[in-house]
Amino acid sequence: MAGKTTTADSARASAEPGTLTLVCVLGWAIPGGAHFWLGRRQKSAVFFVVLTLMFAIGLLLQGRLFSFDFSEPLGALAAFADAGLGAPWIVARVLGAGAGEVRATTFEYGNTFLIVAGLLNYLVVLDAYDIAVGRK
Amino acid sequence: MTSHFLLLLLFAFLVSIVFAVLMRDEPRQQVRTAAVMFAGFVVTAVVLGWLMYPLPL
Repeated sequence: MAGKTTTADSARASAEPGTLTLVCVLGWAIPGGAHFWLGRRQKSAVFFVVLTLMFAIGLLLQGRLFSFDFSEPLGALAAFADAGLGAPWIVARVLGAGAGEVRATTFEYGNTFLIVAGLLNYLVVLDAYDIAVGRK
Repeated sequence: MTSHFLLLLLFAFLVSIVFAVLMRDEPRQQVRTAAVMFAGFVVTAVVLGWLMYPLPL
């Protein structure tokens, strides 16, 4: 069917590398930001609220924001996961939050919330990328 | 809040929402998928917890 264009085709055509980069960076920096940019407002609102809430709960449970210390490979991986949340992670680091209290009962729970929030945001960014290139 | 079970429920609830919204486009389907996933997470955690109960850790 030459000459007929679908929505996916037009999305693919408009998916310039610069726009895709912007979508990914926006999605990383603000949870749900990329979906908002792409017009998926409902999804965007859910991602923003839930992921930010998970991050805040992780901090409240006295979880630790790991640093990129490559002498401890697992810690560096956890830091990569934490960093997935973009702006909230940057703000927390700047404010000195997320020092972590190892003796707290909820320390590991806090780490889990922080790490999973970041990893989920990476998934959200990949989803936004798929939408931007017309795969979804 | 230090109840392990409540934290498990909260974690499963939030993760289920994100996965459901990622996977489905219609709000009704999203709610259904989130509910199924939440139940799956909780049941799996309880079953695994009981299976690990006799282990000498």
